[in-house]
Amino acid sequence: MKVALFVPCYVDQFYPQVAIATLELLEKLGVDVAYPESQTCCGQPMANSGFEHLTHGCNDNFVKNFSGYDYIVCPSGSCTLHVKDHLHATDEKAAASIRSKVYELVEFLTDILKVEELTSSFQYKVGLHQSCHGQRGLKISQMSELVSAPFSKTEKLLHMVKGLELIKLSRTDECCGFGGTFCVAEEAVSVKMGIDRVADHVAHGATYITGNDMSCLMHLEGILRRQQSPVKVIHIAEILNAAQ
Amino acid sequence: MESRAKILQALSKKFTDSPAPLPEVKVFPPVAGEPVDKFEFILRGIGGRTVRVNSYSEINDFIAKEYTSNARIISLVKEVSGSAITPDIDPHTFENVDLVILQPHFGVAENGAAWITSDRMGDRALPFISQHIALVITTDSILHNMHEAYDRIGNTNQPFGTFIAGPSKTADIEQSLVLGAHGPKSMTVFLLSVNR
Amino acid sequence: MEQKIYDHAVLADKFNKDASRVDWHDKTLWFIREKRDKAAWQIAEWEELRETASQVKNNVLDNLHDYLLEFEKQAQQNGVTVHWAANAEEHNRIVHAIIKEHGVSDIVKSKSMLTEECHLNEYLQQQGITVVDTDLGERIVQLAGEPPSHIVLPCIHWKKEEIGELFHQHLGTPKGNADPQFLTAAAREHLRQRFMTSRVAITGVNFAVAETGEVVVCTNEGNADLGVQLAEVHIACMGIEKIIPQRKHLGIFLRLLARSATGQPVTTYSSHFRKPRPGQAMHIVLVDNGRSERLQQESFRNALKCIRCGACMNTCPVYRRSGGHSYQYAIAGPIGSILAPGLDMKQHADLPFASTLCGSCSNVCPVKINIHEQLYEWRQVLVKSGHVSPVKKAGISGMAAVLERPGIYKFSGAVGRWFMKYIPVLVNNKLNPWYKQREMPAVPRQSFNEWYRQNRKQNGKQS
Ligand code: SF4
Repeated sequence: MKVALFVPCYVDQFYPQVAIATLELLEKLGVDVAYPESQTCCGQPMANSGFEHLTHGCNDNFVKNFSGYDYIVCPSGSCTLHVKDHLHATDEKAAASIRSKVYELVEFLTDILKVEELTSSFQYKVGLHQSCHGQRGLKISQMSELVSAPFSKTEKLLHMVKGLELIKLSRTDECCGFGGTFCVAEEAVSVKMGIDRVADHVAHGATYITGNDMSCLMHLEGILRRQQSPVKVIHIAEILNAAQ
Repeated sequence: MESRAKILQALSKKFTDSPAPLPEVKVFPPVAGEPVDKFEFILRGIGGRTVRVNSYSEINDFIAKEYTSNARIISLVKEVSGSAITPDIDPHTFENVDLVILQPHFGVAENGAAWITSDRMGDRALPFISQHIALVITTDSILHNMHEAYDRIGNTNQPFGTFIAGPSKTADIEQSLVLGAHGPKSMTVFLLSVNR
Repeated sequence: MEQKIYDHAVLADKFNKDASRVDWHDKTLWFIREKRDKAAWQIAEWEELRETASQVKNNVLDNLHDYLLEFEKQAQQNGVTVHWAANAEEHNRIVHAIIKEHGVSDIVKSKSMLTEECHLNEYLQQQGITVVDTDLGERIVQLAGEPPSHIVLPCIHWKKEEIGELFHQHLGTPKGNADPQFLTAAAREHLRQRFMTSRVAITGVNFAVAETGEVVVCTNEGNADLGVQLAEVHIACMGIEKIIPQRKHLGIFLRLLARSATGQPVTTYSSHFRKPRPGQAMHIVLVDNGRSERLQQESFRNALKCIRCGACMNTCPVYRRSGGHSYQYAIAGPIGSILAPGLDMKQHADLPFASTLCGSCSNVCPVKINIHEQLYEWRQVLVKSGHVSPVKKAGISGMAAVLERPGIYKFSGAVGRWFMKYIPVLVNNKLNPWYKQREMPAVPRQSFNEWYRQNRKQNGKQS
């Protein structure tokens, strides 16, 4: 099995440790991982701002980098969803193939690798922030709006981590307010949503806030640090890769 | 009538080669338990009151205890005492009615609603203008859900019909529930048991 | 229509100046969302019901022409006069003509989002007709001279003390009394007089049944019924999409509507108006106002499935924290944001961007409208049609140029961590809006790309 690692642009630039953890975790699990070096971005920042028509060059570059692998794995629900839903390119056949092979890290671990145990350990109280695109878009966990049996692929993995205590939240899947360019275009509401989300985690005793999407966590981190809170954010890949 | 033609013209354009078919309306299995118990539970939850009785005379006794003799009570249920109404009376004259007693066709367990049509209202304004309302429903006429309700209603052709579920209410002021918005301030349902 | 001065973000910013009020607003609406959840979980077949409702509505939209004709025929046989209005102005003229014909100057109206959409009240007032909104929440905002901020809960943004003061000024209630029970009783007295004297009553329509020609109106207060049953003339105003094929479909929709809206098992009154009462005249006004055009737009047509339950607003994290008035359209929140640009793209170009695309709205919607996907689609349409600021356009074009050239991407990343450099450009604001209330992410020593080249390439692990 040949897997390509797709690293979202902001993870590459700001959170290299998340990509490193993803790479190491996959390798620990015996996966042959390649990192196509000329990758840039999935095009979501443009498309969500209404400029999908300007993403052709970016998409072609994406297809060039990620063709020919069995799977493409990405430590971000949002970027994965965007590729799945909106990747179109000059070579449409290759694009379609990529759309069907791209996986967010957690769903790749649970659905493809069928991971049942992990050796990692993380001795903290952790709050899980569900990214909307991972949850409602990729259906990584059940959504509170639906009258359907609960499940959570993310929690399943977190429960395998030794010492980790998952806290309960008052609002299990409310959006954090990042929303791509929304975070600056609607600064006031974005920040208020973030403050409220952080408060929920803090009120329930979280030491760390984790999630599948570093973009949400970057936003929450910005708020936590401004509040000079001791609570930290950490990507799920870093927890799952945390050594014993 | 020019607009009519214009709208219909615009709508007659074909949108799709495969118009969506009308789905079957499934018969959903009723929830377990006696519908009358569920009806009672739900109706109480939405501000209604239920009273279980075995006879019409119990109903009359109950009302007699709650209302003085000078209260204006109109009854459309022949076994329950109260004044009758004269046909074609101006509905505004019901403004001072204290209590109206009606007999709906059936109740619905899942939502505490009762279905009543204009032929059983005396005047269509009565269920709404009266200060209080009482309904008499026999325990064997509580249906499970709204699908059964519309099955029962079928294609009966009454000029006006309504589901009534509890007293008139509002929560428009800071979501505090207040009973008696414009219509009746209370609703009492007499559940009349029938021995089958 | 007046060109609006502020966009959603500006009004939302204003709304957020009072954080405790935002908290209060958010919690009040979230409480209703929770009630909705509880009510939905009472129904094992909830998701199946939503699916069926959605399919019925799809069928209606594909066959609206025939259903409208059937409805008209049945309604006429029931002794109802049916009118057709191509747009808001015509609707208003028709309603006014009916009122004039009966020589009436004071009327009562129960809740109707369509008449809000058409600005009927303003129009009638200009013609010298006094309209009294009889829904308590609507009456409150009417007294305050405001539009409703929510389609189901018109004055959800008002605190009881403020309503107490408003009633003190307009209805002469004692100053300082803010007890909801007391205020509701005062409104009851005040509005009873109107009901007793109004000869014309206007209502909205929740569902119109093609098979029978009847219209169904749902209220909790009983104000629609009281108005109609005491009037000589009943005018029911409805958008043409309110049609449903058969009576039995009401079973589906009435199970969904109130549970989705407020978490009640059903509204207190679900009244089926088929024929006018003896001596009464009944009119139904069918209004297009852009709907037939909308039906032609593949990506946006199914917004017409909406049954106006308001659930998408209650669940929307942005609506809860920006308030209904920040949308500046009769229908606020997620559904308003996909309906409004269909009526006037330029005027409402800001609304599809007032969302994080979290998708909660689509999940609560009882008729399964893909609201968040339409928000995304509207963004594409708006940008293509030029409804975007030149600054933003330049910023995004620059970003696209970088992202399609890996060489430049790496270079610009290395020198500036481009993300934070580009983001502030997206809005017309010299101050960095990220930094205002949030710290910037710390810039790491090297990017992953750089780390990889240093640590992995030498190890021969590169593919
Ligand atoms: S879009 Fe759906 S959820 Fe929103 S008001 Fe309409 S029916 Fe309700």
